[in-house]
Amino acid sequence: MIVALAVTPPAAGALLLLTGRRADRAAPAAGVLVATAVLALAVAAAVTCPVARFAVLPGWPGGLAVDGLSGVLVVTVASVLLAILVFAAAYGYGARFFGLMLLFAGAMLVTVTASDLVLLLMGWEVMGAMSYALIGYEWREAEPVRSADVAFLTTRAADLGLYAAAGFAVAGSHSLALSALGGAAEPWRDLAAAGAVLAALGKSAQLPFSFWLSRAMAGPSPVSALLHSATMVAAGAYLLLRLHPLLAATGWAGTFVAWAGAVTALLLGAVALAQRDLKQLLAASTCAQIGFMVLGAGAGSVPGGTAQLVAHAAVKSLLFLCAGAWLTALGTKQLDELHGAARRYRLVGAAFGAGALSLAGLPPLALWVTKDEVLTAAAERSPALFAVGLAASVLSAAYAAKALFAVWRGTRTDGARVPMPMLARLPLVILAAAACVLGVLGLPGVADALDIPGETRVNGPELAVSGVLAAVTILAVRFARTIPAPAWAADWLFLERAARAGIVRPAFALARALARFDDRFVDGAVRAVARSGPWAAGLAGRGAELRLDGLVTGVGRGARRLAALARRPQTGLVHTYYAQAAVLLAVLVAVAVLAGW
Amino acid sequence: MLSLAVFLPLAVALVLPAVPRRAVPWVWIAVTLADLALVAGMWAAHGTRPGIAYEADVRWIPSVRAGYHVGLDGLSLPLVTLTAVLFAACAVYSVRQTHRVRAFAMLFLFLETVCLGLFAALDLLLFFVFFDLSIVGMYFVILLWGHGDRTASALKFFLYTFLGSLVLLLGFIGLYLGADPHTFDMVELTRHPPLAGSPGLAGLTLLAVGIGLGIKTPVVPFHTWLPPAHTDAPAAGSAILAGVMLKMGAYGFVRIAMPMLPDAWHRYALVFLIVGLVGVLYGALVALAQDNVKRLVAYTSVNHMGYIVLALGAAGYASGHEDARRLAVTGAVTQMVSHGLITGALFLLCGVLHDRAGSYDLGRFGGIARTAPVYAGMLALAAFAALGLPGLSGFIAEFQIFAGTIGSGTTAAAVTGAIAVLGILVTAALFLRVLHRAVLGAPGELSARVGDVRRPELAAIVPLLALSVLIGVAPRALLDTIEPLSAAVTALAGR
Repeated sequence: MIVALAVTPPAAGALLLLTGRRADRAAPAAGVLVATAVLALAVAAAVTCPVARFAVLPGWPGGLAVDGLSGVLVVTVASVLLAILVFAAAYGYGARFFGLMLLFAGAMLVTVTASDLVLLLMGWEVMGAMSYALIGYEWREAEPVRSADVAFLTTRAADLGLYAAAGFAVAGSHSLALSALGGAAEPWRDLAAAGAVLAALGKSAQLPFSFWLSRAMAGPSPVSALLHSATMVAAGAYLLLRLHPLLAATGWAGTFVAWAGAVTALLLGAVALAQRDLKQLLAASTCAQIGFMVLGAGAGSVPGGTAQLVAHAAVKSLLFLCAGAWLTALGTKQLDELHGAARRYRLVGAAFGAGALSLAGLPPLALWVTKDEVLTAAAERSPALFAVGLAASVLSAAYAAKALFAVWRGTRTDGARVPMPMLARLPLVILAAAACVLGVLGLPGVADALDIPGETRVNGPELAVSGVLAAVTILAVRFARTIPAPAWAADWLFLERAARAGIVRPAFALARALARFDDRFVDGAVRAVARSGPWAAGLAGRGAELRLDGLVTGVGRGARRLAALARRPQTGLVHTYYAQAAVLLAVLVAVAVLAGW
Repeated sequence: MLSLAVFLPLAVALVLPAVPRRAVPWVWIAVTLADLALVAGMWAAHGTRPGIAYEADVRWIPSVRAGYHVGLDGLSLPLVTLTAVLFAACAVYSVRQTHRVRAFAMLFLFLETVCLGLFAALDLLLFFVFFDLSIVGMYFVILLWGHGDRTASALKFFLYTFLGSLVLLLGFIGLYLGADPHTFDMVELTRHPPLAGSPGLAGLTLLAVGIGLGIKTPVVPFHTWLPPAHTDAPAAGSAILAGVMLKMGAYGFVRIAMPMLPDAWHRYALVFLIVGLVGVLYGALVALAQDNVKRLVAYTSVNHMGYIVLALGAAGYASGHEDARRLAVTGAVTQMVSHGLITGALFLLCGVLHDRAGSYDLGRFGGIARTAPVYAGMLALAAFAALGLPGLSGFIAEFQIFAGTIGSGTTAAAVTGAIAVLGILVTAALFLRVLHRAVLGAPGELSARVGDVRRPELAAIVPLLALSVLIGVAPRALLDTIEPLSAAVTALAGR
């Protein structure tokens, strides 16, 4: 069953992609059908917790397994996928879209059920590639393709950490199993933790990688809805929650991760507040909200982080679908051009309102409970961590309120009302309901029932304080004349510019310099050797050969002279021969005497 | 059986002059497919058992104890199969070839025998003969069917690699003289490594063998014959050159250098680690700066071969963790197969581009996916395979190489392995650049000329990509074949 769960979506997706445009008409129905089946499989898997042991590489056992944490994740992924595909079916996307979406979600399902690093990395990387294909969905334009490049390369740069971590795991624990990582030998355990944390921060668009998520907005709205909720960014948070024993074992990694999440929640909260584009605001808020999950994982609150992940998935997919509906109907996603959009499309407006208020952390909605569960854990770690987290939650109330009032303020008079497809309304209603009530996940006892490791702590006074803060902030934004939008926040902390100036340009300059070096010097040396061949041949031909030839000629001439000399004694006269023999004998006798015989 | 598979192409090449001209391409395809069936059958029958199968040992030059000794094991079976697959793909791809078809087919059949013979050879002298003949064959392919500055490229290719083979011969003579009794037989030499008592001579022999094989692989800095040879060779020639002939070098390291000179190998393992690392990073970065797509793919070969050398270097550390070293060797062999499939497909795809538009210049294309969606899809798949995306063979190979190299646990291997991981980021950047500039975005100057792939091209390239997917999704059939061999090599190199 677990294999069916992991294989069905990618197989169906690949089939749709291979069939191509011929499948365009059947694709929406097929996509929804597969997503429904996947949801059924996911629920069954979450209940029965199946395990499939096999080894992708011989001698390195692993496989797929569903436990409490994975069970929650597979159900979340499958539910969000179904909601989004139903919505997309109403808007008439083709086979390529549904194929890629199924592959994308399938990769996430493999990621969250993998019990070894090979399978984890397989799902992880395929997910990245599918995000590339979906962000660059409108490939005829240059800009979406460039955005897709940025997104893929940024996340892959971070993924290198996971490749290295696999090597460190082999060195430290002689195993690729995720469960063995916490017990790896030193110093490999620290190195593996560092690699995994790097990969998770990149995938989750935490600092300093956040800018790729701004780029990811180039994709169609249903893509954003999936990418920002239950897949991709959620994968990083999931990995940190899954590897919590490793983070705890190293000591430093947990603290580091907690701070990374808290600082991201704070700074990207400010970025979100400064945005003028609804989708950009939502993107920055994703970084910030994932920051709370990362904070939870670092602070040791696995149930809190998980609850935040699930509730946020519902909220954020809802908000992106609403933004997409307005974008299609009104042709804009600029906040100041969306005035009155909620009144024109009341159902979308109401759903967006529910999502935004939940995002703001208003009691008793979902994110209020889940975020405060994380903050409670942070407070136990360090007061400073808690203070940063609380400030970040005030900011989240502010940006959520900014978006909310932008669409509810005023009325529209321009243009005709384009009716919204009936099919697209259903997912909005369901997701809105989920955005309100999923706070139950944060109640004591629920996490235990779901078999998620760790303890759920709820701090009553803390909940009250943050609830009041959220309400006050929403009111403040309602009556504020202007909301500050400093350039550093509007431009996403200049992160992309910094990456371009600090990494991309030097890398290209180095590449060009090496290419010139290769042509001029490496190949130049070969050419020089090659040229030295004819040169040496020429030298031999002109110089050495003449001399050699001269030597040979000289030897010949000498031989002739010797021959002439040797001819002279041969006179044919007997007395001269006798005389010669006598001289020779005298010489021999002299030699013998001198030699001492 | 093995000799039949090896010499069948040559035999048919000899009778090809008697075949009517119009039937030549079909005879050529039929022979390569028959040979592929033979080889695949031999693999299926051998399964994943350890040891050498289909062995034949005939006296050849008894005075130097050199024999016609051939056989197949877990290292040669995948490579022999790869060779048969690529030659069949090239035959199918060339079915519309019009320029001197008969000679082209004969030369390729001759080359097929040579390449199959090399991977089957279990005698150094036999290996060397095939090694040299492959250079001669490829020289004529580039010279007679190439384009651009083909005379110069062909000559450079020939002289450079021929020089390499002479150095290799020196190394082989060193091995012969070091063995007691003198022999060229690989099995004998592996069983009793020569020069065990004289580290200096063993080091010199390794140097000669290393340079000889390194030029063919090629490793930095001996790689500069490769880009011009690829750029000016015909598509099928490039596919064979990169897909099969580059493997001869890497194959030689695993077959000859590691098991026959184990002491020298682990004494100089650091050299191989560093040469491999330099190849990985240097090849990828230089490829990133290329605008000629064929040169670019040629430089990525330097990068991909670098991973193999790196992994074999890590496997040379006898103190390293045994399972990890085995993983590295398996990864290296997998990379040979995977690179053959992927780069073969990439070069054939480059050939399609040249066939339509007469250019390899990335800057003059753009938005090809509009007019050639199937071509674009295949190029995208091949590019993602080459950048190591899971689900395709490159990932299986590179993951094992990284995990094995870093995981062997020695500091040098862990550090070089961790730095080498950067290579897959640069490779990703350069292949996305190709897709961005040629396939996606606004149409370019020459894009209108690029029509979609034709049937023979499709039939040649799709199987290569399909095999890459098969290895990527279900690698066990391949890995289980390689595994006994890599266990043996790891044990031999650890002596």
